[in-house]
Parts: sequence; C-alpha cells; structure tokens
Amino acid sequence: MNKTYLSYNNIVSALGFDSPRVVQNIHEGISGITLIEDENLFPNPFYASIIDSNSLKEAFGLLGPNSDYTRLEQMMIMSLDKIIKESSVKLTDRVGLIISTTKGNIDTLDPTNPMPKERAYLGTLGHIIKNYFRFVTEPIVLSNACVSGILAISIAKRFIAQGTFDQVFIVGGDIVSNFILSGFNSFQAMSPLPCKPYCKERSGINIGEVAASVLVTTEQKKLVPEAVEIMGEASCNDANHISGPSRTGEGLYRSIQSAFKEANAGPQDIDYISAHGTATNFNDEMEAIALNRLDLGGVPLNSLKGYFGHTLGGSGLLETIVGMHSLYHNTLYPSIGFTELGVSQPLNIIRATTAKKLDCFLKTASGFGGCNTAAVFKKVQS
Amino acid sequence: MTAENLKIKEYCSISNNRVMLNGQLLFEAQGSDFITFIKLAYKKMDTKYPKFFKMDDLSKLGFLASDILLKPITQDSEMPKNIALAFSNSASSLETDRKHQESIRDKEYYFPSPAIFVYTLPNICLGEISIKHRLHSENSFFIFNHFNAEYLHDYANSLMKSEKADEVLCGWINCDVEDYEAFLYLVSTEGSIAHNKEEIIKLYTTK
Amino acid sequence: MSDLKQELKEKIITQLNLEDIAIEEIADNDSLFGDGLGLDSIDALELIVMLDKDYGIKLTDPKEGKKIFESIEVMSNYITEHRTK
Repeated sequence: MNKTYLSYNNIVSALGFDSPRVVQNIHEGISGITLIEDENLFPNPFYASIIDSNSLKEAFGLLGPNSDYTRLEQMMIMSLDKIIKESSVKLTDRVGLIISTTKGNIDTLDPTNPMPKERAYLGTLGHIIKNYFRFVTEPIVLSNACVSGILAISIAKRFIAQGTFDQVFIVGGDIVSNFILSGFNSFQAMSPLPCKPYCKERSGINIGEVAASVLVTTEQKKLVPEAVEIMGEASCNDANHISGPSRTGEGLYRSIQSAFKEANAGPQDIDYISAHGTATNFNDEMEAIALNRLDLGGVPLNSLKGYFGHTLGGSGLLETIVGMHSLYHNTLYPSIGFTELGVSQPLNIIRATTAKKLDCFLKTASGFGGCNTAAVFKKVQS
Repeated sequence: MTAENLKIKEYCSISNNRVMLNGQLLFEAQGSDFITFIKLAYKKMDTKYPKFFKMDDLSKLGFLASDILLKPITQDSEMPKNIALAFSNSASSLETDRKHQESIRDKEYYFPSPAIFVYTLPNICLGEISIKHRLHSENSFFIFNHFNAEYLHDYANSLMKSEKADEVLCGWINCDVEDYEAFLYLVSTEGSIAHNKEEIIKLYTTK
Repeated sequence: MSDLKQELKEKIITQLNLEDIAIEEIADNDSLFGDGLGLDSIDALELIVMLDKDYGIKLTDPKEGKKIFESIEVMSNYITEHRTK
C-alpha cells in the first residue's frame, strides 16, 4: 500500500498566523493564554487563548473576501488558503476536504449574533469553505468531540487508501464562545488560572481557539521538509461513561496498542509523545495509567494546552503539526505550566526546550463520548 | 477480504412514528409527538435500560435503532464484538445546542445544565451505544447536508479492508426542528444484500 | 416526611430523569450514588446547579458535593442550614 504523509501545514492561533511563527513562539516558551474580561463571553474574567480580533480582521482582509464570513470561517479560510496556494494542488474530483470541528459557528446561535441562524449547521460551514476555494467534492465534516482533529487525519488516510481521493485537505478548528465556556464551567472543569497539565496543582482546563490545516497526500513530490509519514492510527471507545474518562484508560490503551500494531512499532520506537493533557484531574490521571500500561512512562511527553488552551476540534491537528515541526527541528518543547508531577504513575514531562535527535512521535487525544485516538508519525527526511 | 464481497446484513429505520426492521414493521404509534413515540417504542422493544431516559432526543433515537440491530449480536456474547460505528446527519446536535443556548440567554438567571451540555456533541450517541453493547471500537460522526451513501460506503469498506472492524454499523440519525429520522444498516461479511452505493440508497429511500 | 425531603425527591426524579422510580421508592437514608439510586458524576454536577438555582447555595468544589449528596436526609439537613432562598 502507498505511504501516506502529512505535508503542507498551517496554524492560525493566538501565537501567530502561520506554523513557523507559532512554533518559534513555543520554542521561546511563550503562551497564548491571557486573562480575558469580556462579559459577552463569560460573566467573570477567565483565562483563554484568543486570537486578537483586529489582527484577524486585518489579515483576513488581505485575502480580499467578497462577502461576510464568521470568525471561525475567517480563521479556517486563512489557514487553508496558504497551504492550498503553496502546495499548488489542483482542486479536482480526486481531492477531498475534511473539516474537523466540535461546534463550528455555534456563536451564530446567540440572539445578538448578526449572522443567520442557519449558519450554525455544520454542513453549511462545510459548504462555505468548499465554495470559497471551489473544491469539487462534497466536504466531509467530522464532529467527534475532542479527538476530531487527530481522527480527521486517520479518516483522510482511510479515504485515500480506499481510493475515494488521492489527496485530502483538512482544516480543524473551533472558537472560544459563550456556549462552550458556560458548558465547561457547568462541568466545574474550568481552571481559575493558566492550566497546568499533569501538575500536582492542576485545576482544570482553559479554552482556546485555533484553525489548523494540513495536506494529506501520497505524492512524494508534494512533501515539505517537516513532512511526516502516518505509520499507524486507531480510535477506540472506552465503553464506560459519556463524559468521564475510563479509570483504567482502556480506550486510550487500546488505541495506542492498535496504532502500534499497524505502525509495526513499540514503545522503544517512540522518541516523543504529544499527549492530550487537558489538565483536568481525571483526564491526566487516565492518560498516565494508559501510557504506563504500555511502558511509555519514560518517553519524553508534553501537553501543548499550556500554550493554546484546549482548542477542541482543532487541538489534535494543531498538536500534530507542532509535533511535525518538533521532529524537523530535532527539539523537544516543554509542557508549560508544569512544576511537579501530580498523577499516580510516572511520566517523563518535558520541562525545557531541549535539542534531541527525533524520528518518531505518538499523538494521542481523548474526549467526551468516551472516544480516544492515537497515531504514530515518522519523519520523512532524516 | 475484498470489499466486493461485503454485505448488508440487516437494516433498521425509525421515522414517521414507525420502527422498521429489514423492511418489516415492528412498531407504529401514529399521532404522538416524538418524545411520547420514542418512549412507547422503547417499552415495546423491551429494552430495560434506565439511562435511556437521561439521553437527549438524538441519543434516544440512535440508541434505540442501534439496539434493535445489535442486541441479538451482543447480549448473549461473552466476547466483546469489534463493531465500528460510522454515523452521520445534517443537524449535528443542534436540537440540544439550542436548549443549552437558551439556558445562558438571561444573564440574571444563568444556570446552564451539565446534563444538557454533555449532549451538545453528536458523538455522545456513539458513546451511549458503545457503553450498552461494550464496544471498544472505531467511532466516527460525520455531518453532511444530505444522506451520503458514497462516503459511508467507502468508509465502511476501508474499516473492513484494513481489519479495523469485523462489522460496521453505518447510517443516518437526525433530529431537527419538528423532524427526526434514523436509518442504520450493518455492514458484514454475511448477509443477502450487496454492500454498494445503489443498494444503500435504495434501502434509505424505500425505508 | 418533611416538605423539603418530599420536594427533593420530586426534584431528583424529574430533573435527573429517573422515570422508572417512584417517590415512595426513595428512603431518606438510601445512598443516592453507587448501589443506591445509581446516580453518576453528571447527576452530581446537576445537583450542584440545583443547589445554586433553587436554594442559593454555591458549591465550588465538586468533592464537597460527594458528602452533601450522600442521602436525602443529609442533603435536606445541609440545605436547611445553608439555604439563602
């Protein structure tokens, strides 16, 4: 079977509007999380990673749009525009479009939002992106909670293997909205401070917004220097609870095991783990248990939630892209917010930007509905 | 296993206040609203699963349709089954999203409900089904403007061919303003209906 | 039975959608979670919202809820002592 790669990529986030800038900020230990005071979003001040609205407007304006677009549409279009142009992939009936999002244009449900309420349909979002770029194929919108971004990569690979498409563009994203903030707050899941994944003092999540995009391809001549091969991937349900993660990490354990099997890899092959690390008590503990069941407790690991917050449907894709750059630069980036291990099993949390020869990394994510996804990626050029 | 040999083993639909299995009427309750109808159908199917009443409409609909197809396979089996779930719809979880949005409208009376918020993701339904039938399998929830037989067909084939699943429960479950519709079918190596786009469309449109 | 206990039982049944359970089936000292009524973590969060909305009691630590929601008896005593509305 043909090898499948992740190639051209882009990140539109509070840490910058392109991957190199964002990765440079991470290299320097800069977080996008700040204290936000905006009563339209949440009654009390809260920490989140939010894109500056004026910068977004200005950057989006440069594309010369000829109609009104929502905040998320602007982010997604900006994100995709760059990689479609740079890759010069012609958008034929052999090129797919996958949009991964949990809530899409959910802000348009708010009575004060001027956009029509129909905009809240995820299929509408899909067609707006499709029509902007003139994709020929029907968009595939994936809404699978917090694993959406990484599961979208698996799904692109599967559709390519099946012969449905030759190449697939994925854009993944969500925005910070009053909808999401109020919901996670009702779950008592919000941290009153910048989040601290895996730390003894962790107290919940921050929400963030991002639009990340990538080209999934089998064509060798379409590979950028930071391209990686998708070695194996899998997604397994906990079959335990709709919101709480399994105490034994069953679904995550099975996902990693199954991704390893397809990749023909084991713990010894993994140089780095880009974990989920939301900084809730239960999630981080569950991950520590699942990873240790697979002898992965000693592998350098980070959560990028301390830089971006939890960016929901974009997070898995965003974090995979940062992982690609991490491999390319042979550099491990620290899990910011972490001071002292606060889970019951050992984890090798990265504390400082460190140079290290890297070839292969594991990306994991877990979410509501008991879903878990794991994928193994390997550097193309070493 | 080649994709050409795959079959549709069984199919089930719930719409217009009727529950159908393989084209046969299982239950009908004309004249009742969705919530009354789905509870009557639940009782008729003898499901006995108290958590059903906690679910939102989309989960109730998907859960019941799945249960009709999966119960005979999973209930007497000691061994967990590797049946993947590949669902789709057009309204995602919007019916429940609107309820959550309504609960945060009034800043003076601001009490969003966690029990509602948790259902503001369409894949929660897949979680409910996985819990009931002990499925540690592949789950994915797609949103299309219309039922898309081609994508579901190709995706099920890829899961079977790559041996990520032994069977795939596919279909469409949608709840929107004053309308609901469920159509699920089980892709397997056994069965009498060929698994191809034309058959899927035929079953969907004649349900 | 006190009015508050009766009220709590009614609320728990309707707000937590326990359709199969009648008020008479819940004893004051039955445990609400685990083997008792079988409530789960989302129900606990929902009860925290109920305390706030109906009785003006704000819990910020979900762990506190664990003790308070042990039984109808314990809940009713706690509400009587702390209610602001």
